Amino acid sequence: MKLLRAILVRLATMSVTLIGAAVVVFFVIRVVPGNPIAMMLPPGASEEDVARLTAHYGLDKTIFQQFGIWLSGVFQGDFGTSISLRQPVMPLVLGRLPATLELAIFALVIAVVIGGALALTGVRHRETRTETAVDVANGVGLSIPDFLWALILIVLFGVLMPIFHISGRISPSLELPFVTQFYVFESLFRLRFDLWWDLLKHMFMPALALAIPLAAIISQLLKQSLKETMHLDYVTLSRTMGYSENHVILSEALPNAVLPTLTLIGVQFTFLIGGTVIIERLFSYEGLGNMAIDAVINRDLPLIQGIVIVFALLFTIINLVVDMTYALLNPRLRHA
Amino acid sequence: MSAFLTVNSLSAVLHGFDQRVLRSVSFSIDTGEVLGLVGESGAGKSMIGKAILGILPSAISIIEGEILLNGEDLQKMRPADRRRLVGATAALIPQDPLTALNPSRRIEPQITNRLVDILGWSKSDARVRAMELLNEVHIDSPERVMGSYPHELSGGMRQRVLIASAFAANPKLVIADEPTTALDVTVQKQILRLIRELQARHATAMVFVTHDLGVVSKVCQRLSVLYGGKIIENSRVPDFFKGPRHAYSRALLAATPKYTDPDASLLPVDDAVIEAVAAEVLAADKEWRHGA
Repeated sequence: MKLLRAILVRLATMSVTLIGAAVVVFFVIRVVPGNPIAMMLPPGASEEDVARLTAHYGLDKTIFQQFGIWLSGVFQGDFGTSISLRQPVMPLVLGRLPATLELAIFALVIAVVIGGALALTGVRHRETRTETAVDVANGVGLSIPDFLWALILIVLFGVLMPIFHISGRISPSLELPFVTQFYVFESLFRLRFDLWWDLLKHMFMPALALAIPLAAIISQLLKQSLKETMHLDYVTLSRTMGYSENHVILSEALPNAVLPTLTLIGVQFTFLIGGTVIIERLFSYEGLGNMAIDAVINRDLPLIQGIVIVFALLFTIINLVVDMTYALLNPRLRHA
Repeated sequence: MSAFLTVNSLSAVLHGFDQRVLRSVSFSIDTGEVLGLVGESGAGKSMIGKAILGILPSAISIIEGEILLNGEDLQKMRPADRRRLVGATAALIPQDPLTALNPSRRIEPQITNRLVDILGWSKSDARVRAMELLNEVHIDSPERVMGSYPHELSGGMRQRVLIASAFAANPKLVIADEPTTALDVTVQKQILRLIRELQARHATAMVFVTHDLGVVSKVCQRLSVLYGGKIIENSRVPDFFKGPRHAYSRALLAATPKYTDPDASLLPVDDAVIEAVAAEVLAADKEWRHGA
């Protein structure tokens, strides 16, 4: 009963968040200068044509009327029609979402693996040169933003040692048997490792660029909280029982030290998804972020709205998952 | 060689400082015997226990002396061997039961893990043993406690669990590091009685670290008084309470609260006595430097 209540409360707050995001994006993109109709018509189009097209897209109505029309559509699952692509918004957005999700998840996995390994190494060899090296690596990783990492990686692995693809999601010459847009998962599922490898070679650099700053944050925080935990009495007590240093770190300290890091990963993961917008552009990766930039350039209001709503939904879901994992790992919260 | 634990002129230093924090500490304990280590805060009494168990903070290192556990010199062993030997033969009852249990783990594995992982017991044997022990420490519903998380138990309960855990592997040596300091007075009494009871039943050698002479009189057979990391008096407990030999010990004993005359006993230790004992420690240091 308690659980059901908690879920209902969460759903309610989630919908408030989404409606808030919808309101903000709807009004803001209409207030900033830029006219989608002007983008569609050649220079010198007659006023009549402009008026006709404006009326066609409903842009002659007041902003509140437009919002009402859009919102009632949204509740029926209709997010409108893209002005620049002339297709319904939702299928467009959902078609691109999997590419972005795969990229973000791959980046997250890389960040957790690198960050976790660095933190554990730093703690295992604390107060030695190894820890200093980890600190330096964290500092470098943190102080260079993801898009700069992208450029560095392009120069390193795209130009000097061209081992990864620098553009696109998959080599255009390949025949694609896919029915879903989750190419990486589906290629694994179909045992098409050739396609999977090609996808990975495309995804590796953008994912790594997104992952490096996050890895540094994870490493720094996890190392700090591990070091604090290592001084706690129950860790010392387990040492007297004959456990090795590795065991003490991994099974006594880590499960407790990981909790603050987990919350941080959740928050940072949403930033990482925000970062995909620029990174996808740099690598011409056909994801939602790249589409968002095109939508903004073309003043494609319905498409921008659709993308923002999907991003907002994604963020609220991530937060929900983080909170649930946290409660699952921390027994002190479970019964609260 | 009859003593189970022998500590021979053990000295330790704090990194970056010239002075020793343990000054040629020597004592020994037989099986079934309880030795009290008393002294003020910072006298080094907890540090001795930590040195034996190999859990000294990284800033402190042992520079000389030996720790013989059942005849084996711990200082000369490989770290992994030492860890296993200490883990299998010795146990710690920690000071603060509120922080000495892993908050994210149920009680059962916190008692049984060492039996399974270090001593190679089967899971079911370890479970039976844990139940027995929780009964031994007078926990009424062991089943429920085993399935609980630490935050669901009171401080006294947690200390009982820790005592059970300490005695789980049938240790030959138990180091009790101020095990009652963090508990309130009524619980303190029960826990003391319990430790005494288990120590007697298992005939364990025990180092009992405390600043409370009242506790020493109830639990220990012998005691060593520490000042500045140096043992300044070794006595049998009855002799000590009849009349300590050292002036500092006498002052310490005089400063113990007495119910009969509460005001008189709350006097601080006389400055002259402190100066004398500090001078004694420094003189010993000088002698040690010349010897080395």
